[in-house]
Amino acid sequence: MNELRDLYQEMILEHSRSPRNRRVIDEDAGDVHHADGHNPLCGDEVTVYVRLEGGTVADVSFEGSGCAISTASASILTETLRGKSREEAEEVFRRFHGLVTGTSEASEEMGKLLVFGGVSEFPARVKCATLAWHTFRAAIEEQPADGPVTTE
Amino acid sequence: MTLERFDVEAIRREFPVLHQEVHGKPLVYLDSAASCQKPQSVIDAIGRFYAHDYANIHRGLHSLSERATHQFEAVREKVRGFINASDVHEIVFVRGATEGINLVARSWGSRYLGPGDEVLLSAMEHHANIVPWQMICQERGARVRVIPMNDRGELELDRLAELVNDRTRLIGLVHVSNALGTVNDVRKVIEHAHGRGIPVLLDAAQSVPHSRVDVQELGCDFLVFSGHKTYGPTGCGVLYGRQILLEAMPPFQGGGDMIRSVSFEETTYNKSPWRFEAGTPDIAGFIGLGAAIDWIERVGIEAIGAHEADLLDHALSRLDEVPGMRKIGEARQRAGAISFTLDGIHPHDLGTILDREGIAVRVGHHCAQPIMRHFGVQATARASFAAYNTRADVDALIDGIHVVREFFGA
Repeated sequence: MNELRDLYQEMILEHSRSPRNRRVIDEDAGDVHHADGHNPLCGDEVTVYVRLEGGTVADVSFEGSGCAISTASASILTETLRGKSREEAEEVFRRFHGLVTGTSEASEEMGKLLVFGGVSEFPARVKCATLAWHTFRAAIEEQPADGPVTTE
Repeated sequence: MTLERFDVEAIRREFPVLHQEVHGKPLVYLDSAASCQKPQSVIDAIGRFYAHDYANIHRGLHSLSERATHQFEAVREKVRGFINASDVHEIVFVRGATEGINLVARSWGSRYLGPGDEVLLSAMEHHANIVPWQMICQERGARVRVIPMNDRGELELDRLAELVNDRTRLIGLVHVSNALGTVNDVRKVIEHAHGRGIPVLLDAAQSVPHSRVDVQELGCDFLVFSGHKTYGPTGCGVLYGRQILLEAMPPFQGGGDMIRSVSFEETTYNKSPWRFEAGTPDIAGFIGLGAAIDWIERVGIEAIGAHEADLLDHALSRLDEVPGMRKIGEARQRAGAISFTLDGIHPHDLGTILDREGIAVRVGHHCAQPIMRHFGVQATARASFAAYNTRADVDALIDGIHVVREFFGA
C-alpha cells in the first residue's frame, strides 16, 4: 500500500477531484494556441490551451477527463507553467519527464511537481502523467502538429 | 450448479503460472479474454518438440523434417475435428484471429469487392474486424455499414432486412463480444445472409474458448480464432473457410511454401490451405495449439462453459452489491467477460490498485472504441474468466473493488 500512497499522494487526489484551470481559453483573447493529446492505451483525451505574451505563458488551461494521475498532472501543469518563458517551460518539462521516468534525480526546486515522484515505480502510468505535458509542448510549437499528439 | 466432473482445483494445478504471488498477494488472473494462461501439457509439448523433433516443414527429405511435417499437419486435422469442418483443406493456419480477418479482407475482398459494394459489420466489433474492412473498402471504393446495438449491448437484428441489400457482399460479425460478453445470435444472421447468397465471417476469438463451435452446424463461411486465447501459444491462429470460397481466392502473401512452381516469368500457386501460408510458420506454436485442443477435449468444452457460466452468474450478482457500479453491457445471452465502471474512479486507477492486490483485470477500450463511444465512456474495467478461475477469484475481485473505493474515498 505504501507505493500506492506514493503514487496517489494527497495532492494528486485533491487535484483530480477539483482540477484547476479546466476551461477553454478564447481564441480571441490574444496569442492563443491549443493542441489535442490522446493516450491510445486508455482512450484518454486532453486539450491544452496556452496564451502567450511576448514569449511567456500568460495563461494555460486544459479540458478533457482522464484518470486521477492524468487529471492531476494537467491541473498542476497549469499552475506550474503560468508565468514561465518558453525556455523555462521546456526546462520544467525536461525535469518532470526525468522525475516520472526515474531517469533523473528529484530536486527541491521542482516544488509541487515532486508529488509525481511515485509514478516512476509504475511504468504503465508514466503516459498518464506525461500526456498533458506533451500536449502543452505541441501547443506552443512554432509548427502546429499534424493531428493530435499521442503518448506513443 | 454442481459440477461433479469438473474439479477446478485439479485444473488449477495444471497451470504453473497461477501459483505465484504478485505484490505479496496470491495472483488472481481475470484477464483471459486478453490472453489465456497455458496448461503444463502445452508448455511441455512445445519443449518436447524443440528437444526432439524440430526441423522446418514441407521441404526436408530428412527424418526430422518428416516428423515435424507430420506433427504439424496432424494439428490441422485436430483443428478440423475441433470445429467440425468437413475437410482439412478448409483449415488455414495464420498468426491469430487478426491475421485471419486480414487474409479474408485482402484476398477475398480484392476479388469480390467493387465500387459501391457494402460490407456489413456490427457495432460491437473488435478493431480487428473493422480496420481490415475499412482498408480494403477504401481501396475498392466499397463501404462499411454497421448493424446497430441497443443499450443492453445486444445487436438490433430485426434491422437486418433494411441493412442487407443488393450491394451487400459480406457480413462480418463477432460471435462473442470481447468488451461486453454478449453472445450474438449468429445463426439468425447467417440464415438471413444465406437467403440472399451473402457469405458470413465469424470472429470466434471469444467463443471458441468457451463453447462448442461447430462450423457446419453454424453454417458460417469463414471463421477465425486465436490459439493464445484458447489455452495455446501466441503466434498461432486459425482461419476456417469453406473450400469452394478458399479455392477461388487469390494468395494473401507471397513466398515459400505457397507456390507450385516459380520462374521469373510466372508463378503458379499451391492449393488451399498452403496457398495462404507463405513462409515458415510458428511450427512449435501450432504443435502447442494441438496440445491445447487435446487439453480442452480432455476437460470437456461443455464442462468448461458450464463452469464459466457459474462464475459469470456469481460475478454479476456480487457486482450488484457494489455502490456506484455500472455494468457496461447487460445482454441476456453472455459469456466470458464482464465490463464495468465505478462512479468517480477512472478504470486506470482501478486497474493499478487491483494489481497491487494481486488481481489482473484489463482496463482500457478493449480495442473496441465504437463500443466505448456507444456507452459514453472512454474506458472500462473488464474481468474475464477461464476454466481455472474460481468463485474465490470473483470474491477477491469484489474485495479488491472495495479497497479501491476506500482508497479514493468513494
